[in-house]
Amino acid sequence: MAHAIEFQNVTKRFRGSSRNAVDSINFTAEEGEFITILGSSGCGKTTLLKMINRLYEPDAGKIILFGEDIASLDPVKLRRRIGYVIQQIGLFPHITVGGNIAMVPALLKWEKEKIESRIDQLLTMAGLAPEEYKNRYPAQLSGGQQQRVGLARALAADPKIMLLDEPFGAIDSITRARLQQELLTLHQDMKKTFLFVTHDIEEAFTLGTRVIIMNEGHILQFDTPEQIILHPADEFVASLVESARAKERFWEKFK
Amino acid sequence: MTDYLLKHYDDLITAALEHLQIVLITLLLSLIIAAFLTVLCTYSKTASRIIPGLLSMIYSIPSLAMFALLIPLTGLGQTTAITVLVIYNQYLLLQNFLAGLNGIDPSISEAAMGMGMTPLQALIKIKLPLSKKAFITGIRIAMVATVSIATIAASINAGGLGTILFDGLRTMNPAKILWGSLLSALLALLIDGLLRLAEKRLGAGSGSAAKTNC
Repeated sequence: MAHAIEFQNVTKRFRGSSRNAVDSINFTAEEGEFITILGSSGCGKTTLLKMINRLYEPDAGKIILFGEDIASLDPVKLRRRIGYVIQQIGLFPHITVGGNIAMVPALLKWEKEKIESRIDQLLTMAGLAPEEYKNRYPAQLSGGQQQRVGLARALAADPKIMLLDEPFGAIDSITRARLQQELLTLHQDMKKTFLFVTHDIEEAFTLGTRVIIMNEGHILQFDTPEQIILHPADEFVASLVESARAKERFWEKFK
Repeated sequence: MTDYLLKHYDDLITAALEHLQIVLITLLLSLIIAAFLTVLCTYSKTASRIIPGLLSMIYSIPSLAMFALLIPLTGLGQTTAITVLVIYNQYLLLQNFLAGLNGIDPSISEAAMGMGMTPLQALIKIKLPLSKKAFITGIRIAMVATVSIATIAASINAGGLGTILFDGLRTMNPAKILWGSLLSALLALLIDGLLRLAEKRLGAGSGSAAKTNC
């Protein structure tokens, strides 16, 4: 069976930059995997993600989703098949929560009743009572609630692939921990492929079934969290794991 | 003063209506052209670099000089007046329209594009509604400017309230001078007030201002 996501020698360089943001990257992800992409800012993780829904175009190489080369697809149609969640959430402030969630189904011209029942279903799944939240505006929600809506909006048209670009980066740590658990449960209940970008090592290792570690446009290691911790591929990865351990030791002192 | 008003109120009403007519025709034409230029500037970087600068340069030409420049082409009368007014309006409208569109949070545009909206859908469903306040502001400023510059257009036989004002100046008739300028100021204030009210309404109606509880 075809891989859910396949990168073949994908390279991207931004104009005016002296090095490749993403440098000849190869990897495959299978359907139903939860892949986290870990790296510090400027390592190319967001660039990698944005090439999948063609917000960026690669300079070389191929990206294949379920056997289809995305370069041959209409970018607008492609994006409607992929869920996309960003750190700044980007809810439309002049449209109600329900309207925000209904956006992609409406673009796909679903029937009205089908859209309505989908909104209720997604809001319930996101832990927001539909009758209470459906007609609110985004500004009337807390940051955590807004990102729940952002997630529901991305899931609206039942995409097979979800791209999440540091979705919990701007959310307080208590809410973030709860959202992480909810996202894991959500992922287990459906057979979707998640690609989740983060710079937080604990988040990457808690959520990912496999973790991609990136630095300067390269993939340093792509493996399960366990394998990465036990067998780091190089010094950079080892130092990353060590930094997480050091943090843990800090908390140990107070036990 | 009141004598003149009582005797010539029909002249004053005619002039005021004529003035309003010039303002409305100007607005209609200006909006059509400004909409086109705004779309051009949002899609083409070259256009967005050249057009606003060019318009601000034109805007700095005094209106009398502009009228004089156009008389050989379009002659005396309303056509020349409206042409000049439409050109001036482009600067005021485009500046506010573009400020409104550029003021939208980039993450909102990214979300719109990332979910699969076409550029046109993003413009109509998201960007225009979010910048409607800036649009009304632009229209308000342009209309008030039109009312005042249209007064000067009477000097090239365009009609309107300026006719009474200039008549008064020529015949040294203080009543005519006063009523001509008073009415044109009143018209400007009226339009300004009405559109300010619309701006407030729009501000209160959209979700961005609906921050009641968090």
